[in-house]
Amino acid sequence: MSRQYLLRQVAPYGESPVDVLLADGEIAAIGTGLERGDDVVEIDGRGLVLLPGLVDLHTHLREPGREDAETISSGTRAAAMGGFTAVHAMANTTPTQDTAGVVEQVWRLGREAGWVDVHPVGAVTVGLEGERLAELGAMAESQARVRVFSDDGKCVHDPVVMRRALEYVKAFDGVVAQHAQEPRLTEGAQMHEGVVSAELGLAGWPAVAEEAIIARDVLLAEHVGSRLHVCHLSTAGSVEIIRWAKSRGIDVTAEVTPHHLMLTDELARGYDPTFKVNPPLRTMRDVEAVREGLADGTIDIVATDHAPHTREDKDCEWAAAAFGMTGLETALSVVQETMVDTGRLTWRDVARVLSEAPARIGRVDGHGRAIAVGEPANLVLVDPAARRVVNPADQATKSVNSPFRGRELSGCVVSTFLRGRATVLDGASCDWSPLAEGVVRP
Amino acid sequence: MKHLLSTGDLSRTEAVRILDTAGQMAATQSREIKKLPTLRGRTVVNLFFEDSTRTRISFETAAKRLSADVINFSAKGSSVSKGESLKDTALTLQAMGADAVVIRHHASGAPHTLAASGWTSGAVVNAGDGTHQHPTQALLDAYTLRRHLTGPGDASGRDLAGLRVAIVGDVLHSRVARSNVQLLHTLGAEVTLVAPPTLLPVGVQSWPAEVSYHLDEVVGSKPDAIMMLRVQRERMSSAGGGFFPSPLEYTRGYGLDARRLAALPEHAIVLHPGPMNRGLEISADAADSPRAVIVEQVANGVAVRMAVLYLLLAGEQRHDSDETKVDQ
Repeated sequence: MSRQYLLRQVAPYGESPVDVLLADGEIAAIGTGLERGDDVVEIDGRGLVLLPGLVDLHTHLREPGREDAETISSGTRAAAMGGFTAVHAMANTTPTQDTAGVVEQVWRLGREAGWVDVHPVGAVTVGLEGERLAELGAMAESQARVRVFSDDGKCVHDPVVMRRALEYVKAFDGVVAQHAQEPRLTEGAQMHEGVVSAELGLAGWPAVAEEAIIARDVLLAEHVGSRLHVCHLSTAGSVEIIRWAKSRGIDVTAEVTPHHLMLTDELARGYDPTFKVNPPLRTMRDVEAVREGLADGTIDIVATDHAPHTREDKDCEWAAAAFGMTGLETALSVVQETMVDTGRLTWRDVARVLSEAPARIGRVDGHGRAIAVGEPANLVLVDPAARRVVNPADQATKSVNSPFRGRELSGCVVSTFLRGRATVLDGASCDWSPLAEGVVRP
Repeated sequence: MKHLLSTGDLSRTEAVRILDTAGQMAATQSREIKKLPTLRGRTVVNLFFEDSTRTRISFETAAKRLSADVINFSAKGSSVSKGESLKDTALTLQAMGADAVVIRHHASGAPHTLAASGWTSGAVVNAGDGTHQHPTQALLDAYTLRRHLTGPGDASGRDLAGLRVAIVGDVLHSRVARSNVQLLHTLGAEVTLVAPPTLLPVGVQSWPAEVSYHLDEVVGSKPDAIMMLRVQRERMSSAGGGFFPSPLEYTRGYGLDARRLAALPEHAIVLHPGPMNRGLEISADAADSPRAVIVEQVANGVAVRMAVLYLLLAGEQRHDSDETKVDQ
């Protein structure tokens, strides 16, 4: 029988403190002055906020193919450290996650690692080439039960291919998650096109290249009656298009990354490729717009787009560097600092945008559930009063390309529970072996 | 002054000091023996990731006239595709004891990366990076403008206050334009950029310059100098971005032909950073006219680069207490 945890005086959703007992993988009891049974680990939860375990709809775990940057084991441990209990592993691996075989491998490695539930994302097109559909049905019916399909990193730019994908996934309640980037408008693009790019002489990535694809896709989704998810929306114009689409009743959801909630293109001025990301960091006006969109529900979720890269892929001139930044271990802090500390979201809202809504969009069972007796004990305990300085070298991710290096951020994850088992306790990961504990059969 | 990365880092005082020093260097170049012993025993590396015979020879001449040892390191092609990174190249040069690294790179910001990285302890001189900056070109342009347009006698100590300069052509892809806009503004000149809208960057409104789409109007406004930028013919093709319909249409709209040359005021001078596309952005009439100072720009380039190397390598010891700092 697994260990039981009694969380004393924790505040679910930051509301009134109660005791919460975790037993047999579930929330066994909620109340005040709960009796502590034998062999129960008691955790002093005074001042701590209890949230449903976070669900990331957008993670790059890099395995198979780039195990030098991240492995499923290191990436999911980073996820647990960040308060996540489920992540969606993006499809741009080598080989690409475009067949049942590859997605099952990723799913299985995730289970063996045991830090979080890994839900592989399937590629929309073979090899992310944008030309013909991958075997979406086979991936959906595989053991990995894929429901989210994305060519992330590349845009499904051909309107006919996009239309077919949107239609096809309806058969198994899937969703296409679009990386909105008009390719011709962004050839050679290095950073947001605007005042800063003009001065730095770096090729521009115009906002319209994102907005034009989103506008097209919401109209396609309306036409064929499909649901659409928009990845890492980054511009004020994109927020307005999503708002309009939702007002028309189009079945669209949208995500924003933590870095687009906090950082701007001004950071490119030092030519430090840590700040090179796709879509690029935008202007303060865009940052304000995505915060507003997240606060009013236009943007449904926050997803990390955690994109680890090796030092050699970042330790070079800007144009030669890879796009992307890590984010699993800072996401919750950034959301707290930009949205909760500023009064724009409550902790109940945080549970919605970082857990409930992403679980619903990804059709993930057992995550993003209410904190209630009988529910799976997928939970995270947060200390909102903590302040910490980000040091990438101390993180669980294998890569050090965090844009928050040296910044002091609000809040930290104290403990994470996956089906009642602690993956993180007192801010440290709990090393364990799922094979030894019989959770996974070899 | 530790590095020269961008004209945007230069104050008016620093810029004037470089121009004044260039004036002194130029004076030595009319002597029979042109070589000065100033940088004897110092090593200057020309690190060129992009072909540019003119700029390299100019820097090489400048360094040699100051008695520095010169190493030419040509790393043409992409640093990545060649297998050796900028980092390893820089570390190699550091091991060889480079006192200054003159770097030309196809990537905007590469000199900045080199200077900020700690990969080299030498002074970094930007000899042109991508579409970002080419500060010694702007300095030699300013030197040339000052010599011709700020009145008779010794120009030392003068800036370019009140001068009106038109910069014409492919501003979008031009490091020369970016460097000149910042430096000329710092020195008090009024700059007007002239180009078809496709060849101006989004965000140009924030620059300290006027913008016009009409060369004839700007010529009619009687500028003191007109600087023609090189336009690459391939920019018109669809693969090159399709920035304008044809070379002929470009020339009609933005070329400096005999008619426009005649419309310029008597005292106005014509500049071009070279190499020229005769018949595209500049006609032979203009290029060879007495108002063209294009060949003189080349000579001034040597003097200005001597001044920059001198101030970076020898100026430190001599001006230790100096308040001027350029390395931001």
